[in-house]
Amino acid sequence: MSTKQWPLWEVFVRSKNGLEHRHFGSLHAADADMALENARDVYTRRNEGVSIWVVESKNITASNPEHNGEMFEPAKDKVYRHPTFYELPDEVKYM
Amino acid sequence: MSEEQIRNLEKQFEERIARDEKIEPKDWMPEKYRQTHIRQMSQHAHSEVVGMLPEGNWITRAPSLRRKVALLAKVQDEAGHGLYLYSATETLGITREEMYEQLHTGKAKYSSIFNYPTVTWADMGAIGWLVDGAAIINQVPLCSTSFGPYARAMVRVCKEESFHQRQGYEIMIKLANGTPEQKEMAQDALNRWWWPSLMMLGPTDAESVHTEQSMKWKLKRKSNDELRQQFIDQTVPQADLIGLTIPDADLKWNEERGSYDFGEIDWDEFWQVVKGHGPMNKERMKARVGAWERGEWVRDAAMAHAEKKAERKEKEAV
Repeated sequence: MSTKQWPLWEVFVRSKNGLEHRHFGSLHAADADMALENARDVYTRRNEGVSIWVVESKNITASNPEHNGEMFEPAKDKVYRHPTFYELPDEVKYM
Repeated sequence: MSEEQIRNLEKQFEERIARDEKIEPKDWMPEKYRQTHIRQMSQHAHSEVVGMLPEGNWITRAPSLRRKVALLAKVQDEAGHGLYLYSATETLGITREEMYEQLHTGKAKYSSIFNYPTVTWADMGAIGWLVDGAAIINQVPLCSTSFGPYARAMVRVCKEESFHQRQGYEIMIKLANGTPEQKEMAQDALNRWWWPSLMMLGPTDAESVHTEQSMKWKLKRKSNDELRQQFIDQTVPQADLIGLTIPDADLKWNEERGSYDFGEIDWDEFWQVVKGHGPMNKERMKARVGAWERGEWVRDAAMAHAEKKAERKEKEAV
């Protein structure tokens, strides 16, 4: 078996202009150029994209779902960030 | 973690799945869930990859350019499906190399259907129509399975798979409406692929060991026997339509059940093939392992080239 394995890359595809790049999946490639070419062949065989980003997976820092409590909880009690928190007279129809 | 804590976590986990929540790779999961998914997803990936071999056999001999581009695109899709599934499996903490190793040493299985030979062009028709037909029935429910990366990969796979079945059926239509020899060729292919396609949907419910747990985790939504019945009910009229005969003397419409009754499946044959004694098991592994070994220098060269390029870039930057 070879000594060095091709690293893992994450693939993001913009399906059409006006939309954001979205995570499509991952693949192995020796370098960024090959990752782009492989991403085209693996993830866009039927015109699924107009632009591709690849980033080596090891460069992604992810939050830990076990810490979701501390991480996301603080936003939950800030109801005043939503328009429904504010009371308006019935006469005001559109605001 | 204490046993009680684990039991607690397991309970919460099962409740999440029952509520139709998806499980993502970094979430806590029972070890058995992880192992079962690694097993099923990697075997699914292996089946896509080995599945290229019987059809690859006919690409150079396709009877027209139209047929050739279609078959080539189908085989390329299968490579793609294998890659989606391998990547999704890697999120569970197994490496690509470990999975290949398991396939190449025979530790991991792949679908037994690919251990049958493709002896005529009509086999391309029968595979697309029957084998992909059965695969679709198996795969559609997986689009809503509980493990996020698997479900997402399956949505993509299912979208692409329907052309596979149509191109196969179209081949069969053409042959069935051709010369007597061509029609005979189509019938012969149906005769050889019918029973293996029924077996492909897995052992009978009474013999199936993983069903209950798999249902809970939404790895399965219907039992093997239900899927098999669905496949038969949907395929028999398609054979009738093009004047081909299903090779089962006991096949009969059952008015009461609203389904077809069908003959006994030769499960001995199925288990023989699963255990490695099918007509093409050795050949398939030889081709697969050979391709991997002969490609080693290419993989090494690509890596060496990438490292050299990176070094050069670094030097230029200094």
